[in-house]
Amino acid sequence: MRSDNAEAERDNTSAERSTSTRCFLQAATMLSKREKDLIKEIWERLTPVAAEIGADALLRMFASYPGTKTYFSHLDISPNSSHLLAHGKKIVLAIAEGAQDISQLTVTLAPLQTLHAYQLRIDPRNFKLLSHSMLVSLACYLGDEFTPVAHAAMDKYLSAFAAVLAEKYR
Amino acid sequence: MVKWTELERSTVKAIWEKVDIDEIGPQIWARVLIVYPWTERYFGSFGDLFTITAILKNDKVAAHGKVVLKALDKAVNNMDNMKRTYADLSQLHFQKLEVDPDSFRLLADCITITIACKLKSALSPQSQAIWQKFLYAVVDAMSSQYR
Repeated sequence: MRSDNAEAERDNTSAERSTSTRCFLQAATMLSKREKDLIKEIWERLTPVAAEIGADALLRMFASYPGTKTYFSHLDISPNSSHLLAHGKKIVLAIAEGAQDISQLTVTLAPLQTLHAYQLRIDPRNFKLLSHSMLVSLACYLGDEFTPVAHAAMDKYLSAFAAVLAEKYR
Repeated sequence: MVKWTELERSTVKAIWEKVDIDEIGPQIWARVLIVYPWTERYFGSFGDLFTITAILKNDKVAAHGKVVLKALDKAVNNMDNMKRTYADLSQLHFQKLEVDPDSFRLLADCITITIACKLKSALSPQSQAIWQKFLYAVVDAMSSQYR
């Protein structure tokens, strides 16, 4: 377990940016205004069904990538379980909150960065697996409205989100 | 060789039956080019791919989508012989077309998402997992001659 001092040192490091921050900044600046508006609009629409979308994405991830289940042995992840719905809701609401102002993602996600790096320690390769599962959930929910443009924007946003989440890992 | 259960075989076939190659093929290919624009490097002869509108209206993009899905049909009907079925195509993509095999993975994911847009909740998590196992086996077969 890292000490608070070590964490503070890492937070106060020099101007040299980590690879993941560079990736996030590139991804965030590569999102046009139209894409940011589209991302914000989609997540606002999905907020009322956050539990349903989040649970669906998690179920898809567990089915396609069974290794991801190893992080959830403390929860009941069977379909429609209250744990699954609650956890799915948490994830979607965090993604939706980030979408409100993508340029502030590092600030918005600071507590979640710490949680994932020092407590959960989920291998960040899994973020890609959840991102893909989330894209499929969005496709299933939105149908033809999940146009290639929306898909591209969402893929970029979720990549940026994952990069920021992994920022404090090392 | 990948082993398939009866459930997996029937699930893949059931999903494939719902795919209209003429309708979905063009959509898949447009999606690949829009979501992963660097794949355009392989399509210099396709004409105007500079805007999303151009990609969506491009006849060569549409035609190529259908060609790719017709090739996928071979995999659906030869699930136990994919490497042999795709040996020549794999060779072609490696030696002549010089396609990065990571592109096959990008295509596989776009196929899944395009089908998800069409089938919506009919593509259950379990069906998706089986469909992805099938597609990743196709990707492996397409990558098999790269050496």
